[in-house]
Order: sequence, then C-alpha cells, then structure tokens
Amino acid sequence: MVSFIIDGKKVEAEAGANVLQVARKYGIVIPTLCCHESVAPSGACRLCVVEVKKGKRTRIVTSCLYPVDEGIVVETKTDRVLNVRRLVMQLLMARCPESEVLKDMAKEMGIEPQPAFHPDTDKGKCVLCRLCVKACEDVVGASAIGLSGRGKNKKVGAPFMEDSKTCIGCGACAYICPTEHIIMESTDSKRKIWGRTFKMQPCDKCGRYFAPVDQLKFISDKTGTPMTELAVCMSCK
Amino acid sequence: MKTAKAKKITVKDIIKKYGGDKTAMIAILQDVQEEFRYLPKAALSSISKQMEVPLTRIYEIATFYNAFSLKQRGKNLIEVCAGTACHVQGAARLMDRMERDLAIKCGETTKDKMFSLEEVRCLGCCSLAPVVRISGNIHPNLTQDEVPKILKNY
Repeated sequence: MVSFIIDGKKVEAEAGANVLQVARKYGIVIPTLCCHESVAPSGACRLCVVEVKKGKRTRIVTSCLYPVDEGIVVETKTDRVLNVRRLVMQLLMARCPESEVLKDMAKEMGIEPQPAFHPDTDKGKCVLCRLCVKACEDVVGASAIGLSGRGKNKKVGAPFMEDSKTCIGCGACAYICPTEHIIMESTDSKRKIWGRTFKMQPCDKCGRYFAPVDQLKFISDKTGTPMTELAVCMSCK
Repeated sequence: MKTAKAKKITVKDIIKKYGGDKTAMIAILQDVQEEFRYLPKAALSSISKQMEVPLTRIYEIATFYNAFSLKQRGKNLIEVCAGTACHVQGAARLMDRMERDLAIKCGETTKDKMFSLEEVRCLGCCSLAPVVRISGNIHPNLTQDEVPKILKNY
C-alpha cells in the first residue's frame, strides 16, 4: 500500500495501481476516451492528463498510465491541467468535427472549438485511440483490423482496406469505439460491418437471431465446443 | 514474371533464413521487397500464414515505413533526392523533367514497367547535390539537360 495526496485529499492505494483508477475510486472525475476496463491503458487520447508532483518536480502526465507512488501530490483540476486538456480536446474536435460524442464532452467541460484549427474532412469520427484494434486482437483474438499508414494518413481498417477476411462479425470494435466511428448495421438475420455481411444464427430454442454464424464457428474452433451446443442463445441456456 | 508458385518458395526461403523469428519481420519484408521490388499481396498473406502473425500486423509495418512499397515497381527505381541541399540546388526541376520524359507522375511506374519514379529525403551525399539514384547508382550534380542521356543507359 502507498499513500499519497490527490486534490488535497490523503488517499491510499495498492502499489502498481494507476492514478486514474485511484481517482475514480475516490469519486474524482477525469475525462477519458480511450480508457476501457477490458483493454490495457495506452494513453492514446491524452484527455486524462493530471499534474503530478514528485520531489521537487511537477509535471503533466497521463493518469491512466502513471503508477501511484508514496508521497506524490496529484492535482487534477489546476489551470495548467485544464489548459492542456482544452488544447487536446480542441485538436480532437478539429480532427473529428462531426463527432457528437466529442461535442457533448467539450460542452460538459466548457470548451469551445478553436477557430484557428482547420477542421479535417476525411478522418470521420476516428481519434486513432486503438481501442478497436486491441479489442479485436487481445479480447476477441481475431486480429481482423489494424491501423495502417502513419502521420496524417494513419487510419483504421482491414489489411489493404479490403473487406476483412478474418473478421467474425462480433461487433466488439463497434461496441468499444468511444466516438462511434465504426458502424455496424444490423437487421434480424444479417449484420453488416467492415464491408462484409454476416449471416446471423437463430437460436435453436426460441428462434431469436443472436450471433453471427462466423463468430460461433470461431468460438467452436477455439474452445472445441460443438456448434450444436453454441446454437442456443444466452437466455435459453 | 515469376509465377505465384515460384513466389511462395522464395518467401519460404526468406523466412527460413531468419529461422521464423517474428522479431525479424522488417528484415524479412526488406528481403521480400528486394526479391520482387515491392511487397506483393500474396507474399504478405503467405508470410502471415507461415509465421502465424496476423496479416493486420504485417500490413501495419508495411504501410508505416516509406521504404516499403505495396505497389508494383518497375525494373529501375529512380529516386530523386529532395533533401534540403538537393532542393536548394533544383531537385524540383529534375523531378519535373523526369515526370515529363517518362510521362508519369512521382510515385508511378511507366507502362513498360522499366522505371518507377519516387521522391526521397536525403541520400546522405549532400555535397553532390542535386543527386538522383537510379537502381542504386548515384548520379551526382545532375542538370535536367542530362536526364534523357542518363535514362537511355537503363
């Protein structure tokens, strides 16, 4: 256990925990986009910056990655922190001008778009946080999508920007995307994502369409569970 | 033209050369590019299958580095240096002339697959500016009048 100060409050936390986790436990609000419990933090969105004083030095760090330490002093709402956060938010808004999520977040934080930042028109709503890629690789294990290119050409998609061959249609990427960039269109028996249309499996008992056939095949291959057992939906099991 | 079958053998050999080491991916891609002058889609899929690395990861690496090309290149690669020294000494004029004589734009390949034209940043010999490298040969202090003569030699 280590003890340190956050926003003037003395707190205790398990060694190895990150500042963001501890702050949330004590009810301190820090805005984030790329933080998700199922995926290891990466510090991609940089909205979670806080000021940390360790010894004589005070610096701005991403709270999702900064491990707590004995005697540090964390400030989450100083002018310096809010200035950095405002700039990050304005840059994100300039990249994704049509993102409602960002607009709402900015409104809540009292941030106006910076008129000097010329808005991008070709980036969609993607903030390149990599959550979808990591969910696909680490959580699902399909590795169907990735980031390609670099700098201003960097974008998310399947290899060669073609219809993904390894995608199983699980929709984890669309679910985890913080800015609703990845679009999944669903009707009862079909689901469209990454340029492909997936056939949905109806439940053997209630007949409700509940998961893509490809996803069930993938799970069956991985776990060795026969398809007949998987063809029953969660509520009928 | 190499057939698809011949391609697979080469890719396999290259992977074998590095003992299937996943951390040697960049070296493997470089060797594949040397063999085919670009990174063919089939080769990347083959590497992915044989080394059990997701294709997305390989595509990420291949698109990150400018040295890798996913587009087919011609027999001779023309690299016009546009580094600071060459730029000041008129690299843009050389590029214009190349584009005009070859009837292609920068980043394209001629119809007969003889030449590919690319712009690079600094070949590391600024005292020879403006410099052009064609298939590994350095052509120093080039003026645009000399361009047709040099291209004829290839």
